[in-house]
Amino acid sequence: MKVELENLTKIFPSRNKKSQEVVVAVDNFTFSIPDGKLVGLLGPSGCGKSTTLYMISGLQKPTSGKIYFGDDDVTELTPEHRGVGLVFQNYALYPHMTVKQNILFPLQNLKGEDKLTKDEMLERAYNAAKLVQIDDLMDRKPNELSGGQQQRVAIARALVKMPRVLLLDEPLSNLDARLRLQTREEIRRIQRETQITTVFVTHDQEEAMSISDIIVVMKTGVVQQIGKPQEVYDNPINLFVAKFLGTPPINVFSGRVEGGMLYIGDDAVLPARGIDDREVTVGIRPEGFVLSEDGPLHCKLSSVEVMGRDVSIVSGHDASLNPVIRSIIDADCKLDPTAECVRFALKPHKVFIFDKETEERILPEE
Amino acid sequence: MVESKQQWKAWLYLSPAIILLLVFTVWPIINTVRMAFLEGYSGLAAVGGQTFQFGFGNFVKVVKYKRFLNCLKNTVLLCVLTVPISSFLALLIAVCLNSIKPLQKVLQTIFFLPYVTNSIAIGMVFAAMFNIVGSFFGTENEIIVTAGIINNIIEFFGGHAVNWINAGSSYIANLTVMVVYIVWNALPFKILILLGGLQSINKQYYEAARVDGTSRTRIFTRITVPLLSPMLAYVVITGFIGGFKEYTSIVGIFGEKMGPPDDAGRMNTMVGFIYDSLSSNNQGRASAAALILFAIILVVTLINLQVSKKRVHY
Repeated sequence: MKVELENLTKIFPSRNKKSQEVVVAVDNFTFSIPDGKLVGLLGPSGCGKSTTLYMISGLQKPTSGKIYFGDDDVTELTPEHRGVGLVFQNYALYPHMTVKQNILFPLQNLKGEDKLTKDEMLERAYNAAKLVQIDDLMDRKPNELSGGQQQRVAIARALVKMPRVLLLDEPLSNLDARLRLQTREEIRRIQRETQITTVFVTHDQEEAMSISDIIVVMKTGVVQQIGKPQEVYDNPINLFVAKFLGTPPINVFSGRVEGGMLYIGDDAVLPARGIDDREVTVGIRPEGFVLSEDGPLHCKLSSVEVMGRDVSIVSGHDASLNPVIRSIIDADCKLDPTAECVRFALKPHKVFIFDKETEERILPEE
Repeated sequence: MVESKQQWKAWLYLSPAIILLLVFTVWPIINTVRMAFLEGYSGLAAVGGQTFQFGFGNFVKVVKYKRFLNCLKNTVLLCVLTVPISSFLALLIAVCLNSIKPLQKVLQTIFFLPYVTNSIAIGMVFAAMFNIVGSFFGTENEIIVTAGIINNIIEFFGGHAVNWINAGSSYIANLTVMVVYIVWNALPFKILILLGGLQSINKQYYEAARVDGTSRTRIFTRITVPLLSPMLAYVVITGFIGGFKEYTSIVGIFGEKMGPPDDAGRMNTMVGFIYDSLSSNNQGRASAAALILFAIILVVTLINLQVSKKRVHY
């Protein structure tokens, strides 16, 4: 099912009646989610990603804008008429019901033509449970399950009524690190098997990058960038997106373009043809550094962290806007850890130039 | 482990509470049991040097006593009628109150008012509301003027005025007044408890239910009630315990006669019987009745707990 959002806006009135201030949670969001894809809404807390999800589910009404499922305008529909499955951040499993009763619950609500016989219900519940591999836990209560198992039950409960769209609100945030890795693979697998259009919300960029077909990066209610994870990573549209994606985070420097050259401090690091002379902010991905005896960027070496596969070099530079510069170098490269100065050459496609004021990306004019 | 040197200090600090408990709780309980098993025990006679035989005589007498049986009947009837009605109404009101936003605090305060009002005073107001004015020495139709607001309302809608509590009133009428008054008096506390319980239920259960298209009645029976069941059990159990100790409400409506003027004692309760026995210097009988009351409350509470074990989800 294709999901289309058209100029979706949500404005919350101010809590304080005297002030006219309102909170724009989601601002003019237009986006088409292709059928059968897994989309990650990504952004820091308060960026409007959960609000967007709840508007798709129907639990919250948009202030303006439209939502389409396929060709149906569902903007005015209540949640139960939309055919969505929603998995809550803390799962919201009914604590007094067993796993089986929890999964059966949405089916027992069906009325009229959709009404199922008891056997059909049980069959569908067991199928959903098998899909998320909890069919041996059907008679337990939620509080007798681990976090990961509860998560699976919540997904099974959302899937059992065969929703047109599956929505996941921070599905992994309540799990520990190892389980998170496992569960995100699991979500990917389930989504692939069911082919249900899925939207999930997360503040963890790694999570979003690793399983999404498409990511949507949001900030204070405004969509920053939409695209395939790798594309967004390789081509951030502004400094916010560049900073938000990637671990370790991007290194940011203040710099300037002068006579077709990009300067960081006094070091002329790269040619920057097609960009007017101006003050800029420079972002360099950790993997964009190359150790080089005569490299143009001079940094003060602080420490070298060996991580096996590669080496993380922590250094400093006067023009750096981050406290330290983190660069990731292949472990084969030899570096004297006692040296005071380290020199880098830069990979041009890992270096992004942003406007100092607007923080928008500056691309050379062709 | 606390070192033994320190133990005397612990006992010292506990002693005020322990001494008070011993004097005002433990000793009276022991004494009640003792008096209950001394046949025909009377405080005055005991001071006069009379001795009493040990035995079950007090209990036998009490159980055979007609007035006691009447009190027992009244108490059980009031309990059985008021506890379910008030619990159900409180649940209904709490759910409604919880689902509205404007005026919630105001209504909450209004519903809580009876709790902070003296129940004797409320009883007198109720008595006035159910009162009639006019001669009532003949047949039913002889009421000419009624001043009680309840009868005014009934007559406004074209009904016949009812003699609720005055001389010549029927037992059913008396009982109805008592049930209305006790239910009304019991509501605030129950609403408060249930509303608190409702507000502690995670809103996401309701959102999840909405997404799944659950009907309102199903949300109520399958989600609200089970999640509220610990509070409901508490409300019902304390309701029964309170119900068996009903006394002041009768005094509030009927005064110390405990019944309509021409049939004193008709609406008396177990606790009323115990008080009467005490004031007529019959401590043996009072103690036996108190122990019977205790046994009844114990059994009912045990049954309640047993039932709630299966139905309550903590």
